[in-house]
Amino acid sequence: MQTVFKRTPSLKDCPTHYCPGCGHGIAHRLVAECIDELGIRERTIGIAPVGCAVLLYDYIDVDCIEVAHGRAPAVATGMKRTNPDKIIFSYQGDGDLASIGAAEILHAGHRGERLTVIFINNAVYGMTGGQMAPTTMIDQVTATSPRGRKAAEQGYPLQVSEIMALLPGVIYVERTAMDGSAGVRKTKKAIKHAFELQIEGAEGLSLVEVLSPCPTYWRMPPAKAMEWIKTEMTKVFPVGLLKG
Amino acid sequence: MIGERILMCGNEALAEAAILAGCDAYFGYPITPQNEIPAYMSRRMPEEGRVFIQSESELAAISMVFGAAATGKRAMTSSSSPGISLMQEGISYLAGAELPAVVVNVMRGGPGLGNIAPSQSDYFQATRGGGHGDYRTIVLGPSTVQELVDYTPLAFDLADQYLMTVLILADGILGQMMEPIVFEKRPGRELPPKDWALTGAKGREQNIVRSLWLPEGKLEEQNHKLQAKYEQICKNEVICEEYELEDAEVVIVAYGVAARIARQAVSRARQEGMPVGLIRPITLWPFPTEQISRAADEFRLFLTVEMSAGQMVEDVQLAVAGKAPVLLHGRPGGGVPTVDEILNIIKELSASAKR
Repeated sequence: MQTVFKRTPSLKDCPTHYCPGCGHGIAHRLVAECIDELGIRERTIGIAPVGCAVLLYDYIDVDCIEVAHGRAPAVATGMKRTNPDKIIFSYQGDGDLASIGAAEILHAGHRGERLTVIFINNAVYGMTGGQMAPTTMIDQVTATSPRGRKAAEQGYPLQVSEIMALLPGVIYVERTAMDGSAGVRKTKKAIKHAFELQIEGAEGLSLVEVLSPCPTYWRMPPAKAMEWIKTEMTKVFPVGLLKG
Repeated sequence: MIGERILMCGNEALAEAAILAGCDAYFGYPITPQNEIPAYMSRRMPEEGRVFIQSESELAAISMVFGAAATGKRAMTSSSSPGISLMQEGISYLAGAELPAVVVNVMRGGPGLGNIAPSQSDYFQATRGGGHGDYRTIVLGPSTVQELVDYTPLAFDLADQYLMTVLILADGILGQMMEPIVFEKRPGRELPPKDWALTGAKGREQNIVRSLWLPEGKLEEQNHKLQAKYEQICKNEVICEEYELEDAEVVIVAYGVAARIARQAVSRARQEGMPVGLIRPITLWPFPTEQISRAADEFRLFLTVEMSAGQMVEDVQLAVAGKAPVLLHGRPGGGVPTVDEILNIIKELSASAKR
């Protein structure tokens, strides 16, 4: 019998704590596959955010650190500058990166830190119970926008990748959508490229924004959540290469 | 430079001492009155092939320290009072994750933006942990530029030995003043290997640096482990100077720059025939509780002199434990006590004691 698919070694053989239909499990697998395919497991350090992915180290078998909410790019800076031979990646959600950590990601990009940033955008705070995020869509109902997000009150969804792409220190920005198998394949390609740039020693920061489903707090079945990414989220967060 | 007698300001002397102590990386954000430290580091660290970064904020600076420390490097930051408040998030995480770090606070007047005058009003924040959670930081309170030089390597050693933050608590006077100093190359402590460091999982299991412990009882267990470590530190690491204490009827307790002023007051009082002595805590945490308690066994008056509205005085009261009166001469908001002020208080105390 021919094996057509197997778990990559850097992905631990265990069930995750994620909700059914959550995108984190897929994104973790993609990161682990890229690490193994590039042969960098033994010199990679992963940075877990505060948020649903805080237990990243339980699933990805590389050296890992868990950091304060939003500070991953600053922690990564401290690591990479003192260890230029190591491959440092941060894995951050939208509350972590786009809200409380907005200054840290902006300035890591501004300084041109040679880092790989995986930005999981699911338009909501997951771990704390589905509150509004900077990336929450207009009219999206969340725990803290019960009447739906209104631009006049809570502003428009924050397009972090577009902002980051403006910075000379940021060399690669791509937004992908995990809205189906093609989107997942594109996401993997983008993550791999973001790692490759760091391996090559390219002078600047790489960011991959991944639109990712959160069926629980979108109050949708998983299949519909995938569909919602395609039909709704990509209108505000268009997929594709923004820079690089 | 080693072994030569040279003139240097406190901030720069501390920075050079950190470099001699093997500091691999410095991260900091501008704030008065400690700006000479990042300026000096921005020049010297690259010369040594080490890392200097001016961060976007104090939050980022302490997070960069967190990152570098997690990989096993010697990392430090410096700031002044308002900036140290911002760093408390990272200091709590350093405590939780048990990572070594050296943080310098060149204190200024508060609260709020306060002023840029020297102060000692961050004593509570420094000695009580400062951020959230049950934790401590080791706090060193040098009182001369030479002591800044001498205690900085100890700060790095203590941080690496106990895997925690060591705070050097200086103030605007100490940071700015120039004094003759000598740098000496002394052997450091024998330190445990950093086998917990994140270096890439080569030929070993993954290392994880974390402060989150969700399973029931696990965080309590982790806290007990921290407390056991803190008990060891209290037992082994207290440093304290006693001056003219033998027959003293009035004992001044003061640290840092306030202790220099108090020491002069003690000398003057002795010249005038008044039996006055000084206890100078050099480690503010662990506090020299036993030394002060012993001094309180014979009835004496205690006078705490500090550049705050009265913070260390609470530790003196705890140590004296009701055995003797504890008085305070505190100058908050950037006020600096004078020798005459202290002397007058001593005279009044002696007069009332005679009555």
